[in-house]
Amino acid sequence: MSLRAVPILTLVLLLGPVLAGLAGTLAPAFGILPVIGRVEPGLDAFAALLAWPGLPAAVRLSLVTGLGSAALSLAIVTLLVACWSGTRSFAAFRRVLSPLLSVPHAAAAFGLAFLIAPSGLIVRALSPGLTGWTQPPDLLIVQDGAGLSLMAGLVVKEVPFLLLMVLAALGQADAARAELVARSLGHDRPAAWLKAVFPPVYAQIRLPVLVVLAFSMTVVDVAMILGPNTPPTLAVQILRWMNAPDLAMRLQGAAAATLQLALVCAALGLWWLGERAVARLGRAWVWSGARRAGGQGTAAVALVLAGIAAAAVLAGLAVLAIWSVAGFWRFPGVWPDAITLRNWMRHGPGVADVLGDTVLIAGAATGIALALAIGCLEAEHRHGLRMRVRGQWLLYLPLLAPQVAFLPGVQTWMLILGIKGGVAAVVAAHVLFVFPYVFLSLGDPFRAWDTRQATVAHSLGAGPDRVLWAVRLPMLLAPVLTAAAVGFAVSVGQYLPTLLIGGGRVPTVTTEAVALASGGDRRAIGVWALVQTGLALLPFALAIGLPRLAWRNRKGLLHG
Amino acid sequence: MAEPGLTLQDLAVTLDGKAMLRLSAHVPPGEVLSVMGPSGAGKSTLLAAVMGTLAPPFAVTGRVLLDGRDLTDLPPEARGIGILFQDPLLFAHLSVGANLAFGLPRTVRGRDRAQAVDAALREVGLEGFAPRDPATLSGGQRVRVALMRTLLAAPGALLLDEPFSSLDADRRAQIRALVFDRARAAGLPVLMVTHDPQDAGAAGGPVLRLG
Repeated sequence: MSLRAVPILTLVLLLGPVLAGLAGTLAPAFGILPVIGRVEPGLDAFAALLAWPGLPAAVRLSLVTGLGSAALSLAIVTLLVACWSGTRSFAAFRRVLSPLLSVPHAAAAFGLAFLIAPSGLIVRALSPGLTGWTQPPDLLIVQDGAGLSLMAGLVVKEVPFLLLMVLAALGQADAARAELVARSLGHDRPAAWLKAVFPPVYAQIRLPVLVVLAFSMTVVDVAMILGPNTPPTLAVQILRWMNAPDLAMRLQGAAAATLQLALVCAALGLWWLGERAVARLGRAWVWSGARRAGGQGTAAVALVLAGIAAAAVLAGLAVLAIWSVAGFWRFPGVWPDAITLRNWMRHGPGVADVLGDTVLIAGAATGIALALAIGCLEAEHRHGLRMRVRGQWLLYLPLLAPQVAFLPGVQTWMLILGIKGGVAAVVAAHVLFVFPYVFLSLGDPFRAWDTRQATVAHSLGAGPDRVLWAVRLPMLLAPVLTAAAVGFAVSVGQYLPTLLIGGGRVPTVTTEAVALASGGDRRAIGVWALVQTGLALLPFALAIGLPRLAWRNRKGLLHG
Repeated sequence: MAEPGLTLQDLAVTLDGKAMLRLSAHVPPGEVLSVMGPSGAGKSTLLAAVMGTLAPPFAVTGRVLLDGRDLTDLPPEARGIGILFQDPLLFAHLSVGANLAFGLPRTVRGRDRAQAVDAALREVGLEGFAPRDPATLSGGQRVRVALMRTLLAAPGALLLDEPFSSLDADRRAQIRALVFDRARAAGLPVLMVTHDPQDAGAAGGPVLRLG
């Protein structure tokens, strides 16, 4: 196959399922589902949806948790970088960034639940000394109706993601010199950063921020673990209707998915208005000549919030680890009465059963995504087929379009075409979500490679293929492995695509772990969530270790 | 009639339709043509046009001939033109020896390859450096390896893109003499772009000014 065809092929592979899926969601929402004999268009499904008493709360939850967690995460990251970049505290954040990023959402959510629940580690540590409680208090903290714990669970994972995006953007914004100029004009550090550096940085991270917003509104696995139950969030309810044994419920589910899509569009519109309002305020602030921003108080708040977000994930993992080896554990003890390997022995065989498929799916999806990404980047290099701004939006489309809005449509198509969900279908679905991350991760280092090296290799008689395989890719071993690790972690963490496209017949570590959310067996959850985290973390360790091993005698490649 | 040397016939480069440079020149074997001009005058673009690495929005017209053979439509790897940049650009993932073997023609087989590499290193006073990591070499040593890597590929012409400007002053004269001597010994036509008048002076050939 010609290299020129790879970018087009990739776009078709990414956009085809998304667009077909959206169509497959819209049609049943308006009454058309030939599989069950419905061919007359109508609004019955929406009428049924409106009659569902949980709808107002579900809509509110989607909007509030989405907009709230995205705004809060962005504010924390912005203030953290504005007030603390270049300091030792900031360097500490950078060091824990990669592990924080690779912890799957579900595992982080379970860990957070085990920390803040009424019988969680925080209450245990304070009881009975400070609280006087000798039994877990009867409080609804996790799965609260307002969605506060859900928002917390989203923020702890979004802060590291947005921080990574900001750090990547800083490199291209000539941030250090812009900040220096602003400070030399009399601004304190936060004011200098917010006025001179933030605007160009935000322009670069805008799409990832919108992805965070759409994701937070529609996430399913985190909402099943931390979100309210009666009613659940709209996304979780859509999944329930879609998985109902009665196929007619799919019409109502499709109507709800259509509403969810409209809500996401509305929220993106609201965000856009918010951007304009903030830009206006910012311009007025610049014009006013004010040289101070907040001062010590703001800086302290930013550091504390970011610290809590990071600590919540790491401490959550620790609690999961403790529960996985806990025997009898009385309240309010902060440590189990007995440590045992029995939990691991009991759940080990179950883990082993699904481990193979999980690794196979993640490996295959990552391999395909990596091949497509390298093909696209090499086509860009050889033929100048460069993605423009519009291409960037297309790349982000599978991440912006809510999974819960278009995957049911894909499922409907599979039903119509008689395709059985299996491992291959799940791999194909995972590629949709793995590819954008792999491409974004590999793109910058691939393009930053000095192409004069290619010229030198050509002048020595090497053709384009030999330059790619014998010069460029070996020199880019570290970023290629990092992109692979990112892709692997993304695939391991996928819940909804695995469940819907696999038709419930392709269990992975993640679907099994999330399925435990309603049961409340903390020892089982500890084991499964730790395995899930380990699967996501291990490739990162390899991505750091392998290049060091392979290039241990090549100093020129160890610093990049 | 095949005229030996490197010939540029009405070579012109346009960027988005705007003319960037236009020249005709002939460099006989063993001679150095120095092209001088301020930065932005298109010196590097000229070399890229001769190498064949310019891609849209650049457009090249005219012809590049080597010993009478028309190279204009050939890809860079088939032109047989060696190039030395300001940075030595040794492939960081390969040993010094593997860098030298990279461009060694495949007609040199088996043990002859290792011998050719060792001999090349000996010629520039780097005997026994084959297994070394390029990152452990000094700046001058790297330039010498880069030069021998280019020559081992048996090119028909040599391009120099400010190849001495990364070296400190006392090293520069020595390396410059080495490069010109080797090129002359191999009978290569050399096209050098530089902004250093001393480079052009040491080359001893004609000087062409751009811009």
